[in-house]
Amino acid sequence: MLELEGICAAYGKSRVLENVHLSIAPAESVTLLGRNGVGKTTLLRTIVGLHPVSQGTVRFAGEEVTHSAAYQRARKGIGYVPQGRGIFPHLTVEENLRLGSASARKGEHNGGDAIPAHIFELFPLLRRVPNRKGGVLSGGEQQQLAIARAMVAQPKLLILDEPTEGIQPSIVQQIEEILREIRTRLKVAILLVEQYLDFAWSIADRFYVMRRGRIVENGSPRDSDPASIHHLLSV
Amino acid sequence: MGHAAIIAGQGFNGVSLASILLLTALGLALSFGLMNVINMAHGEMLMVGGYLSFLATKMVHGPLAFPFALLLSFAGAALLGALLEVTVIRWLYGRPLDTLLATWGVSLILQQAARSLFGAIGVEVVAPHWLEGSVSIEHGLLAGLSMPYVRIFIILLTVAVLGLLMVFIARTRWGLYLRAVHQDREMAQALGVNTRWVDLVVFSMGTGVAGLAGAALALIAPVTPTVGQSYVVYAFLVVIVGGLGSLFGTTLAALLVGLFSAGVQMFTSISLADVWLLVLVILFIQFRPKGIIYQRSRAMKEA
Repeated sequence: MLELEGICAAYGKSRVLENVHLSIAPAESVTLLGRNGVGKTTLLRTIVGLHPVSQGTVRFAGEEVTHSAAYQRARKGIGYVPQGRGIFPHLTVEENLRLGSASARKGEHNGGDAIPAHIFELFPLLRRVPNRKGGVLSGGEQQQLAIARAMVAQPKLLILDEPTEGIQPSIVQQIEEILREIRTRLKVAILLVEQYLDFAWSIADRFYVMRRGRIVENGSPRDSDPASIHHLLSV
Repeated sequence: MGHAAIIAGQGFNGVSLASILLLTALGLALSFGLMNVINMAHGEMLMVGGYLSFLATKMVHGPLAFPFALLLSFAGAALLGALLEVTVIRWLYGRPLDTLLATWGVSLILQQAARSLFGAIGVEVVAPHWLEGSVSIEHGLLAGLSMPYVRIFIILLTVAVLGLLMVFIARTRWGLYLRAVHQDREMAQALGVNTRWVDLVVFSMGTGVAGLAGAALALIAPVTPTVGQSYVVYAFLVVIVGGLGSLFGTTLAALLVGLFSAGVQMFTSISLADVWLLVLVILFIQFRPKGIIYQRSRAMKEA
């Protein structure tokens, strides 16, 4: 469903992605691992459409989207939960969620501003605080809001950039359960960037490891032991 | 006429000046806050609104002439703003200095176009007869105070525009998009908000409101090719003092600037009043560089 072929990208003159190939099948869950600064976030941003690609192609759901604007890709079904969560601090929880439906595809969504009921089943916490400003929520609450917001538009692919960063362990477990639910019950494909190896391992069907802007290893958690790729990740 | 009446009269003039400043400043504040764009041709939208209002009252007669003039000056200035956004500003995104220069050029072109079409001497818009006359107070402390209907109308028009704008921003879907883009442009885009449309709509709405200001101004002063210049400078001051991203701050700043210049003019000449105004604004931004009310915005942080 998502195919990256020979992606290169740069910040000014310094290249951060070199010939990256990556693919995700429908309803598949993939994790992207690597140390800090190897280009994981940039790769996600090129998929979402927030960073330009200098070479290569991005295909999503059978269409080439290499040069489409971010809002067009969102409307095709790419949901994005960025690093730092990207919550609008001065908007309420409800307004943040309603923005999720900005990309709802016409006809596939119940239309208007209604937030689908299954969102609140997944995130009961958000039902209780619809009028609280996004900026005053705790890190864990913001993370749940960011995932819920991405799910409002019923995406085909959910991209998450370090969703456990700076969040207390009990909430991490909760987020793990939510992601498992999104993968198994809602059949949404997931692309996860994660430093926390156990978390990534428990969710992913496949993994890729990045190093200096290239993919250096890929495989399935079932066939490999976390310890075997540990040397690629630790500093 | 007693002292109280003179002071109240100047206060009233200050508020009506503040109204026109506010209508002009709203568009500047919106487009600077949202897109980080300083539109040097914004004053000319006021001028265009004034001339359109003049043309409208020439074309249509009777009681509907002036409402039609208001409509035409809003629509005309909004369309011109949209054209400016699509042909110039959109292509200079993230290059504020180039935008400044390009829109300044547009401002000169528009001024010369007005001079060629209408001549250098101002044209007058005759106020409709239902706006003739004034409220006069004959007895008591404020005896001698006279408030022309035209100026009362301008104040009410501004209150109405401000109210509509607040409802638009707080209650509508597009208003939500506007606030989201203002707070985090990239995230709004990644959620499916067509930020180009939001920019275009907000920018042309701002120029449209400046066009309304021009139509309002035409009721009390002649419209000349350079009329925009004299007001846009004050409007910039209002934006600086008011801070970005807050209608409330802009409104408060417009009132302060309007009342201050009207007040100081009682004691000194108009040019000296301007000097004092500038001195005070310079002092003010030393203490509150981000204006009366400031909301964090990504657009500003990245600049």
